[in-house]
Amino acid sequence: MTRKPVLEHPTLAVIKKAFPDAGLKATEFREMTTVVIPREKIHEVARYLHDSPDCDYDFLADVVGIDYMGYPVEQPGRFAVSYVLASGKHGLRITLKTYVDPSVDTSGIDFDPELEVDSITDIWPGAEWPEREVYDMFGIRFKNHPDLRRILLWRDFPAHPLRKDYPLRGRGEREHYQTLNRESR
Amino acid sequence: MPYTLEPDQGFDLDIESTEYLKDHVHGPDRWVLNFGPQHPATHTTLRLVLELDGERVARCTPHIGYLHSGFEKLAEHHDYNQYVCTISRMDYVSPIVNDIAWHQAVERLFGIDITPRCKVLRTIMSEFGRIQNHLLCVGAAALDLGAFTGFLYGFNEREFIYDLVEYISGQRYHPDWTRVGGTWRDIPDDEVFIRMSKKLLQERIPRSIDDLETLLNRNRIFVDRLKGVGEVSSEDAIAWGLSGPCARASGVRRDVRKDNPYLCYKDNWDGAGAEAVKFSVPISTDGDCFSRYLVRVEELKQSISIIEQLIDNIPDGPMNVLSDSKAGVPDSAEVYGSIEGVIQLFELKMHNRGWDTPIGEVYDSSESPNGELGYYIVADGDRCAFRASTRPPSFINYQVFAKLVEGHQIADVPAILGSLNIIAAELDR
Repeated sequence: MTRKPVLEHPTLAVIKKAFPDAGLKATEFREMTTVVIPREKIHEVARYLHDSPDCDYDFLADVVGIDYMGYPVEQPGRFAVSYVLASGKHGLRITLKTYVDPSVDTSGIDFDPELEVDSITDIWPGAEWPEREVYDMFGIRFKNHPDLRRILLWRDFPAHPLRKDYPLRGRGEREHYQTLNRESR
Repeated sequence: MPYTLEPDQGFDLDIESTEYLKDHVHGPDRWVLNFGPQHPATHTTLRLVLELDGERVARCTPHIGYLHSGFEKLAEHHDYNQYVCTISRMDYVSPIVNDIAWHQAVERLFGIDITPRCKVLRTIMSEFGRIQNHLLCVGAAALDLGAFTGFLYGFNEREFIYDLVEYISGQRYHPDWTRVGGTWRDIPDDEVFIRMSKKLLQERIPRSIDDLETLLNRNRIFVDRLKGVGEVSSEDAIAWGLSGPCARASGVRRDVRKDNPYLCYKDNWDGAGAEAVKFSVPISTDGDCFSRYLVRVEELKQSISIIEQLIDNIPDGPMNVLSDSKAGVPDSAEVYGSIEGVIQLFELKMHNRGWDTPIGEVYDSSESPNGELGYYIVADGDRCAFRASTRPPSFINYQVFAKLVEGHQIADVPAILGSLNIIAAELDR
């Protein structure tokens, strides 16, 4: 089923010209073009895609976290963050993607300085909750995020559950739930 | 266990870290009201911490996650057909739209082009889903302001759409109707289906819309309570990524059916030059609760016209993509009548078989009643998705809620909440 990607997306030429040495890589699958961007450049490229009139990506559809542990095709890093952008004016969609690698054990919620990506909430304010969700589920923190708290789970939940090393049935959080009553206060 | 639940986590601290809430002056009449999670006016399980200045909302901090049940983790352990049962439970007000959106994304991943008959039926059903959702939302908009009658007018007709859903899928509430490459089964009888649909389209739903409009559009209390409440400017709507009726009520022309057409919204959908269905995208520029209501009512009429264009022209032919692609569930005649059908059915059901899945990633979105409903699927060649992320429209639309209620009276909170049509099951997944 291997097919050579068709890299004809009109935005590719524009950002290639604007960032000649950024080390951008592009791929395509089922008419979806993905640009892989180094972590340091993601904010800069996103800003350009939003502001430049040639691109004008005004709509951020989603921010998706992915854990590639055990993926059959080797990836440049263990975790990835994908940004799905759309431009209403040009009727185009493009996906940006950046990879991060953990430096500490990923089974808990320990602070990891390596798992950090620049937040894009200053470009698209609507990234606020999707980024919080990625932080909640994968433990990837977003630098300069206005309000980076966990969103779906509570603060002390001992894992980031969408990581691949977290088991489907959990680690007994439901069974060993600490009940609070008046006396325990 | 290594974690403890502290009794007072201090929402004060949380509020302080939210930047756009900082400007408000601290008055002496401040008090805090915990709105929800169990409260009839929140519709579902939502919790808002409202800091009130008298009866005016000074700050609002939404806390979500009370219905979080790990749907996306489940997606990594359910195959592409099984997960549709979970998907149905996200936006439970119009579950059939979720089914169709999910399998549309999966079919894009597999590179399957479904049959014209299936496209028409899926378009019809997703428009019925839109009617279902908007009827609830418009009715509930009245209920939130104390007008119970409007709610019943809306809910009554939803009941008959459930009957139709039951007729095609066997289940009233959560149809789980679609499968990869088609649907679970063909509709039992075209004539009965058309007759049921026409009765809905020509009698019941227009009457109900008329009733609602007569009751609400010029209702002094309703209009006064909604006009100028919860205004979103078009710049804000774009910046915060709003989609669906919420964006269109703010003057943003964004509709996936027009921007990235799919199914019968696309030209040449049957491969023989059929034209796309004709409909217009209603837009309002006020951006307040009342224009969100008006946009929804207008979309109801557009949905009826879309179904009317298709209902008499349901093409014959197979429902599912069959033997060539090895992806669709074969129909019963094929299963009982040929060895290939049996093999294909078994291969799809057996745990060590399944699809010949490509390795790659797709994002596909469709216009659900609340906005852009997208699925980001990472496939690793297995029968289950490696990662299936959802872009629930409620989740993105709910972000602006805290900004909308600030400065309004506490009685406006349910009205704004209802006009955004937040479905908590979709919000928390």
